[in-house]
Parts: sequence; C-alpha cells; structure tokens
Amino acid sequence: MEVTETWYLVLSALLFCLGAFGLMVRRNPLVMFMCLELMLNAVNLTFVAFSNALDDLAGQTAVFFVLVVAAAEVVVGLSIVVALLRRRPTASADDFAALKG
Amino acid sequence: MVFVVAAAIILGGAVGVIFKNNPVHAALSLIASFFGVAVLFVVQQAHFLALVQVVVYAGAIVVLFLFVIMLLGVDRTENIKAEPLTYQRPAALVGALALFGFILAGLFLSGPGGEDGAVALTGQSAAMVPRLADDVSAETSGAGNTGTGNTDTSNIVELGHDLLTRNVLAFQATALLLTIATVGAVVLVRNEGAEDLVVDEPGTSIE
Repeated sequence: MEVTETWYLVLSALLFCLGAFGLMVRRNPLVMFMCLELMLNAVNLTFVAFSNALDDLAGQTAVFFVLVVAAAEVVVGLSIVVALLRRRPTASADDFAALKG
Repeated sequence: MVFVVAAAIILGGAVGVIFKNNPVHAALSLIASFFGVAVLFVVQQAHFLALVQVVVYAGAIVVLFLFVIMLLGVDRTENIKAEPLTYQRPAALVGALALFGFILAGLFLSGPGGEDGAVALTGQSAAMVPRLADDVSAETSGAGNTGTGNTDTSNIVELGHDLLTRNVLAFQATALLLTIATVGAVVLVRNEGAEDLVVDEPGTSIE
C-alpha cells in the first residue's frame, strides 16, 4: 500500500489530538509545555506533508518560523514557570492566577 | 514501512509524554517523538528541517526542559492518579476525540468531488509545479551538485533562497522576536531583593 500525504495528515491529526488531550489532563506546567510542543510538531508535520504534496517550498518556510516561535515561547514560558515555582515550590497550573496584579 | 515505524515511534512518544509520572521520563519520550518526526521529514525531502528538528527541538528545547526540571528538583513527581476536578479526564477525552473527529471530517469531506482529501491536493499541485520548478532551477542551477543527489537542487539552497527573498521581513522579525524572548527570560528570572531568594540548605530538598 502506498503512503500518500493523507496518511501524514491523519498521523498529524492524531498527534495534535494527543497533545491537546495531554494539555487538558496534566497539571504539571512543564509537562503541559511538552504537550504544547507535541501539538506544534503535529502542525509542522502537516506543513511538510503539504509542502511535499504541492511541491511548494512555502510550507517548509512556515515550519522554520514555527520552530523559531516555539523556541521563543519555550524560553519565556519556562522562565515564568521558574519564577513562580521558586517562590511557591508546590505550585500547579492553577497557581498561575497569582501572576495578575 | 518507514512511515509505519516512524509513526509508531511518534505516537508512542506522545503517549509517553502524557502518561509518564516523572517529568524526566516525559522529556525523554518527547525526544523519541521528535526523532520520529525528523525521520518523516527526511522521507518527505525536507532534509534541512529534519536536521533542525534534531538539533533545535531534540537538542536545545528538550535540554532546556531538562535544565528546568533539574533546577526545580528532579523528585517532584505528579500524582497522576489524583483527579483534582471531577470529570476532567472524561471531558478531556471526549473533547480530544471530538477534535479528532472534526479534523478527520474536514480532511475527508472537503475538496472538490472527493471523499479523499488528497484529490483536492493533487488538483492544485498541477498549477504550482511549473512555476516553482522554473523559479528554483534557474536560480540555483550552479549549486545543484552539492545536493543530496536525488534532487537537482539542494534543499538548503532552496529554503535559504525562499527565506531571504520572499520572506525576508518575517525572517528579520524572528530575529527581533528571539531578542525579545531572551530579554524577557532574563527579566523574569532575575532576583530583585535578596530576601526573596530561597536558600537551599544542603540536605533539605525543595519539596
């Protein structure tokens, strides 16, 4: 059976939904970030599958930008996590409400 | 065959991220998942992105995760059995399955005249191919022999050309974004006032 781009799209849909499920279920902010990375990877896989199917390089350029944004997001997000957990070591995701004000 | 193995690695890694109790194990599962995605990038001729996927994602980002996990104390495991909100797990499962169903419906029910989404794709690709092929081969014909051999132009050459001509403004904006992120990280973790500093006595771990 030949692997078409539809297979890639179904796989990345599955990966995206797994990441979304983990994001909704887990309470540890670090693991929630990891699930976010899984969702971003699913989107990257979709971009590359479309880029390959349409023979258009714009999809790969989009993946490049997604990668940069993901790196910036992880840097800022993890520093927020560090800043919160350093003051309140038993914090879970709910305690980020303390950031306001 | 490669697809099936890589897909198994990706999905296994994703399940590991979700269901591992220890954050370190979750990070290692995340690396497995990223490697699987990199393999699929190679299969789809995106060689440069596969390289960047391994170096940046599996290298830099997961190492950053591990740094933070170690910084905060590696023995902080989450009790995965405890359910803080009633019906959170079933609701999340229903939501994720509904999302998957919506995506599959959009994939297989869309497009002109197709129960298969690929019909719409291949119909569009005919218009795209000649323009790009002429464009790229005219620009980069001199650098073609440095490629991987199965294409006449190197993937890196094409991608760099695309990045620095059509997307040069976005490219510079990402440089600004990375600078802002670095400054933000420094500002967020800076200690104002030494009395806020948690003194980590030897022998007492942060609980």
